Amino acid sequence: MESLIELGQYILQNLINALQRGSFYAVISIGYSMVYGVLMLFNFAHGDIFMVGTYIGFGIATLFLALFAGFLPGPLIFLATVIITMFLASWVGVFVEVAGYRPLRSAPRASAAITGLMIGIIFETGILILLGAKRLSFPPLMKSIAYNIGGIYFTNVKVMIIVISLLLMIAVHTFIQKTKWGMAMRAMSYDFLAVPLMGVSINIIAPLTFAVGAGLAAVAGILYGQAYPILDPYMGVIIGWKAFVAAILGGRGSIKGAALAGYLIGFIEIFVATIFPSTLRDLIAYSIILLILTFRPRGFFGMEHSTKLRL
Amino acid sequence: MKKIACLVVVAFAFAMVFSTSAFSARKTIIKIGINAPMTGDIPKVGEGSKYAAMLWLEDIEKAGGLEVGGKKYEVELVIEDNESKAESAVKANMKMITQDDVLAIVGPQSSKQAIPAGEVANKYKTVMISPWSTNPNTTLDRPFVFRGCFLDPFQGPVVANFITDEFGFTKAAVLYDVASDYPKGLAEVFKAAWEKKHGTGSVVAYESFTTKDTDFSSQLTKIVKSGAQVLFAPQYYNEVPLIVQQAKDLGWKGPIVGSDSWGSAETVELCGEACYGLYFSSHYAAAGAKGATKAFIDRYTDNYGYVPDDVAALTWDALRLTQQAIQDAGKITGKIEKDRTAVKDALANIKNFAGITGNMTFTKEGDPIKCAVIVKINDSGEYEFYKSSCP
Repeated sequence: MESLIELGQYILQNLINALQRGSFYAVISIGYSMVYGVLMLFNFAHGDIFMVGTYIGFGIATLFLALFAGFLPGPLIFLATVIITMFLASWVGVFVEVAGYRPLRSAPRASAAITGLMIGIIFETGILILLGAKRLSFPPLMKSIAYNIGGIYFTNVKVMIIVISLLLMIAVHTFIQKTKWGMAMRAMSYDFLAVPLMGVSINIIAPLTFAVGAGLAAVAGILYGQAYPILDPYMGVIIGWKAFVAAILGGRGSIKGAALAGYLIGFIEIFVATIFPSTLRDLIAYSIILLILTFRPRGFFGMEHSTKLRL
Repeated sequence: MKKIACLVVVAFAFAMVFSTSAFSARKTIIKIGINAPMTGDIPKVGEGSKYAAMLWLEDIEKAGGLEVGGKKYEVELVIEDNESKAESAVKANMKMITQDDVLAIVGPQSSKQAIPAGEVANKYKTVMISPWSTNPNTTLDRPFVFRGCFLDPFQGPVVANFITDEFGFTKAAVLYDVASDYPKGLAEVFKAAWEKKHGTGSVVAYESFTTKDTDFSSQLTKIVKSGAQVLFAPQYYNEVPLIVQQAKDLGWKGPIVGSDSWGSAETVELCGEACYGLYFSSHYAAAGAKGATKAFIDRYTDNYGYVPDDVAALTWDALRLTQQAIQDAGKITGKIEKDRTAVKDALANIKNFAGITGNMTFTKEGDPIKCAVIVKINDSGEYEFYKSSCP
């Protein structure tokens, strides 16, 4: 009986760990999926847009804490940081679309994919030149308080990360399902040849999609800075890859799928490390995902035709 | 017309090849290579190496050059960035040896780069001193490769003994990066030393992750559940704050002990109060130093605005050792292969060298015999001497 309770605690503890990790993958992978839905290409610079967003968040947070820490309540500073960072980072997304992808819209897909990787490298080295190689420590926007309820440990930061990620995803879902702009995006993903003829310009919808994706990534960046407060210019690479895997697993172009797959990857990673030796974590975790994709190549919610397209 | 142009180009090419070699023969400049991580995962380590080297060069220039066999030679530093990557460290060594004609190389700092780079140095018969690499493989069977610090097979037992004596614990956990030579090697050595002391199975959790991971929650949950009393984390300064913070969030109450890789000036800056009161094994402790060590610390602090970490101190010692070896070699012939071998022989024969990180005598393998210190991060975030342990 006692060991059963202990096992339950252990599983619950890891569930919370996985929820936090999965939140990051989910929020970032939505950015991949949205762009894919509209432009039929994966924006391989997205991981680095996340990194730039984190650095912008770092700058804004540091500035606001220095200016207002004394007389404004913490949650207000947090909210202001999130909103302003989102706004600034969405312009980074717009820039990537306009400068990187727009000139290549009629070029082969591989050119666009390579451009994405190049933009990523430019961002990484740009930050390196601008700020130097020194590691930066993201300032805590709220005081971390640890709770222990029935042997399960969690902090208010963890809860905040999980809740805000969920809220963000609901907001994006509503935006896409309920607004005119969202309808335009959905229409574009059904038929990107016919929709422009109906008077919906791809030159507005595409940057908008990038902007939303980048804004989401930037909020993920601020939350990431709260959970893992060490910033470096290459931090977006691995998390970008994993979020990309989530976007594929969820079904190309499916927002719902990307979010679900993001959480699933978080769960698989954490639980594989729990059951097997942690050395084999990525090997086993990604073998499982490969296996899923072998049997369901279009992912969870991918449309039948999307598998026929390469990249 | 085309032929003439062709001839001119060839003539120029020849002139360039000959002029550089002829030039270096006429006016011999002693070039010392520095192979350090100026960018990448641990740039603070590169910065410390560079600053220490610049102070050393300042001394040489103040004396009007390096005196070898009654003649003064100009010294030049060639600083190459290895981006904290193994392949870049190899490339940097290659370039310095074959293009820059360096007499000796100081660096790379971490074992991950020092092990493959040492292979190149040894193959091209050029002296290389790694100031900070503690993995045995760096110098193993490589007569041209030396190091300025103690080895992991020594450091592992030092930490194991310290924990046993200080806290009286019998169950330990280890969390390390399986993709990096230094943490992996040290974790293995520590595990062996601990189990020798407390019996098989006394390392109750032996968990790993890979470079650039930031989330250790599943490993740490396992460790907390395993009932371990102490956590040993031989990691670099970019991971230590994350490990310490996440461990605390997951309900870890025991001490976390580190190794010499914690010694960077950045660890406390990034980790903050969460790291106060923790211990790690190291090469020297800045707070409360005396004599030449203090003089170096004061000078470095005046110049660069922060207390030098162990990397800076070890790099300083490595450069002083190089200097000593060049001087002991007796003369510079200008024939780079011959000079490199002479420096190697001289370095291998150095006895009781008084460095700022302790006295050194090299073994046959090119490893110094020297003491380790246990450092405590005190309540104002300084690295304080706690205990010393000698072989």
